[in-house]
Amino acid sequence: MNSDKIVDAKGMACPMPIVKTKKSMDELRSGQVLEVHATDKGAKNDLTAWAKSTGHELLSTAEENGVYKFWIKKA
Amino acid sequence: MKDNIEKTTIVLFSGELDKAIAAFIIANGAAAFDQEVTLFFTFWGLNALRKDEHVAVKKGFLENMFAKMMPRGANKLGLSKMNFGGMGPKMIKHVMKKHHALSLPELIELAKEQGVKLVACTMTMDLLGLQKEELMEGIEYAGVAAYLGDATDAKVNLFI
Repeated sequence: MNSDKIVDAKGMACPMPIVKTKKSMDELRSGQVLEVHATDKGAKNDLTAWAKSTGHELLSTAEENGVYKFWIKKA
Repeated sequence: MKDNIEKTTIVLFSGELDKAIAAFIIANGAAAFDQEVTLFFTFWGLNALRKDEHVAVKKGFLENMFAKMMPRGANKLGLSKMNFGGMGPKMIKHVMKKHHALSLPELIELAKEQGVKLVACTMTMDLLGLQKEELMEGIEYAGVAAYLGDATDAKVNLFI
């Protein structure tokens, strides 16, 4: 999936993945897609909740070798 | 983006490292949710805002005793469990580093950077004899009314 920006939050502990995601999302324009990579085991629930609460659209998720990947479209 | 900004308010009453870390992680998380966040420090929680260095201010005998007996700043706080006379905090800091978790001073910096409002309770500052000069820069000073003003329209209100 194409993305306009990638956030590498691998190895980071709570709450850094969502803090970094938020900061990067602020730099995007509406409709652009942010890709997030994280290894925190809570990342899937955290980013799903974050997208829901902030109104952005979680397009897709994937997991490869312990790395969780997310594609979020800016509202 | 939603138009109505949600709010979170947290009272940090406790002066222990683990509780302060929990409060700041929630505050930083809420700020990342685009919320307006107020962290209100009262009683022992105020010690997390103290500067590490000694600040020369005029104090009475009791205030001086308090100042000496309370931890001076975020780096000096003890743990609420397994403090082991100061060994506990050393161990937890080591483990936190290993897991790439932010330290309390880093969490405080991040909170400021994210626009979290840090408010020191002026009434308990008087009780504990803490003066503005002894607390870190970039914080606000207020009482219960200002806290309630923020808390009334916040959906998340925590007392830690």
